[in-house]
Amino acid sequence: MRYLLRRVGFFLLTLWAALTLNFFLPHFMPGSPINSLRAATRGRVPDAELEKILASYGFKPNANIFSQYLDYLGKMLTGDFGVSTGGSSLGQPVSKLIGQSLPWTLGLVGVTTVLAFILGSLVGTVAAWRRGGVVDSVLPSVFVVTSALPYFVVGLFLILFFAIDNTWLPSSFNYDNTIVPGFSPGFIGSVMQHAVLPAATLLITSIGGWVLTMRNNMITTLAEDYIRMGRAKGLSDRRVMYNYAARNAFLPNLSGFAMSIGFVLTGAILVERIFNYPGLGYQLYNAVNSIDYPMMQALFLLFTVAVLGAILVCDLLTVWLDPRTRAKG
Amino acid sequence: MTTLISPPDAVAPIRVKRPGGGVWRSFLSNRKANFGFGLFVLLLLMAVFPSLFTGVSDPTAPARYLPRLPPSGDHWLGTTSLGQDVWALFVYGAREPLIIAVVAGGLATLLSVLVGVSAAYLGGFADEVLSFVTNVVLVIPTFPLVIVLSAYSGKPTLTVMVVVLVVTGWSYGANQLRSQALSLRNRDFLESARVRGERRSYIIVFEMLPTMVSLIIANFLGAALFSVLNAAGLQFLGLGDPNSDSWGTMLYWADSQSALENGARWWAIAPALGIAALGVAFALMNYAFDEISNPALRPVRRQRAQKLAKRFRSRPAAVGSAVGGE
Repeated sequence: MRYLLRRVGFFLLTLWAALTLNFFLPHFMPGSPINSLRAATRGRVPDAELEKILASYGFKPNANIFSQYLDYLGKMLTGDFGVSTGGSSLGQPVSKLIGQSLPWTLGLVGVTTVLAFILGSLVGTVAAWRRGGVVDSVLPSVFVVTSALPYFVVGLFLILFFAIDNTWLPSSFNYDNTIVPGFSPGFIGSVMQHAVLPAATLLITSIGGWVLTMRNNMITTLAEDYIRMGRAKGLSDRRVMYNYAARNAFLPNLSGFAMSIGFVLTGAILVERIFNYPGLGYQLYNAVNSIDYPMMQALFLLFTVAVLGAILVCDLLTVWLDPRTRAKG
Repeated sequence: MTTLISPPDAVAPIRVKRPGGGVWRSFLSNRKANFGFGLFVLLLLMAVFPSLFTGVSDPTAPARYLPRLPPSGDHWLGTTSLGQDVWALFVYGAREPLIIAVVAGGLATLLSVLVGVSAAYLGGFADEVLSFVTNVVLVIPTFPLVIVLSAYSGKPTLTVMVVVLVVTGWSYGANQLRSQALSLRNRDFLESARVRGERRSYIIVFEMLPTMVSLIIANFLGAALFSVLNAAGLQFLGLGDPNSDSWGTMLYWADSQSALENGARWWAIAPALGIAALGVAFALMNYAFDEISNPALRPVRRQRAQKLAKRFRSRPAAVGSAVGGE
């Protein structure tokens, strides 16, 4: 219980640190947001209005910085992210824009990441168990290579092969926009079809890491005395493999998973950019291009919270899976 | 090739090698390491002496040739829509990623070792503070942060990019080194050093660090890999210096000119392969270091594998004795 309280305390402290960073970054970076805003809106919005927009996410150049900070904290905690200042989405609430793209990222990147993690851990377990088998002699080299490939390299070749040289799959957008969105087979099919290439890109680049770490942990774990103990008790191979070896080898992988969410977000940004997939990553790319400060701040905060949440969940799972963490307190 | 020195026989306990020469010799005899190292040296040659590979000395100058020429004897990879030679751009573009990899990766690793090992060994309040800082930096998503930073600061120069990559890239290694050092903390050989009455600094430098050499090198290679990928990603998104000649910038231009659709596909493929090659070189060396530091991970040859499997069935600890050297 003390362990859990500590972890929750860490979560809150880190959240506060991230919020603070998010607040002070624009204040201490060169360049005035109002100038870039004026450029971004191409003078279509009067200065007074721009200042109001800036004020809505905590930028009041003349106010006391401390009261600005408190004001900003309150707004962020209540989910008031202000309105977008980007070219095409000017004046729309940021939370609404994020709400539109969140499901696409969750559906594409979230599902693919979890799938890669589970698949990779399974393949790694089997590869380590069948040490020296066909799988084990080929896989490491292959996965070392795939896990080092940049997203755009894989994406590029997939697009080249599946969308340009052959026109088998679409390489852009999230669904065919001639189809009316709804629970029709045509729409769902189109969504699936458009997700194949980006999902494959993410899967190819992320699965290797999980296979390798799981295999390596597993090999180390198989050397432990309790594995010998399990066999000596006459337990079945399956049981030793999953309940004795894999369960322990899985623990470092689990905390690795939480840590990797940051990299997953990198993938989300690049893959969504490559495939023009309208998720959060693409939204961030757009926000940067149109110098949309409220959007950038909100997305950055959201990404940080996502990583923190994943870490908290993995911590809880570790406590559940590993009694040693409970004893340490 | 692996048989040159101490064949990794599964039954014989592996002698603990002295750091330095031992690691280097195992590195030379590891096939993955050789391949990765060879690739790295080739790219390094290209970055240091580009004139050995191409006759063009000013590859970014626009409109020097006809645009979108197909690959030929004169232009091995054709020309871009802007009338530049793709092969020359590619050769000169190797320099920046390599500088970023070595400098950013090296500095980040130095920081990781300093923070991670001292946090683990000092323990108590110092550990609390250092791990808190590490964890905060770790959870702040790097790539979005780099993007946001570059958006606030205008187009980042090479120096700004390296600084940002170091500031955001050290935490992963620090965390790893800390937990490795923590797991060592209660091992017998450190306990005995403590009982012998050795000083803290002696224990950290001479007892702990040598056991972590390969992990530190692996960390450098990992940090270098992520610096390369992140920098290339930034440049691909158009957040680098658009006038620089770098693989990421090449990709950015190729993408913005729709090179794939317009018949100048090598403009995009060449830098993509370059970044991939550099990444693969680092990843292979990185994995080789895992194999060196943990002999149990080394590839098992087929006949030996069958023997091993038989032995493993009858005596489950056979693989074990190879791993647990202590």
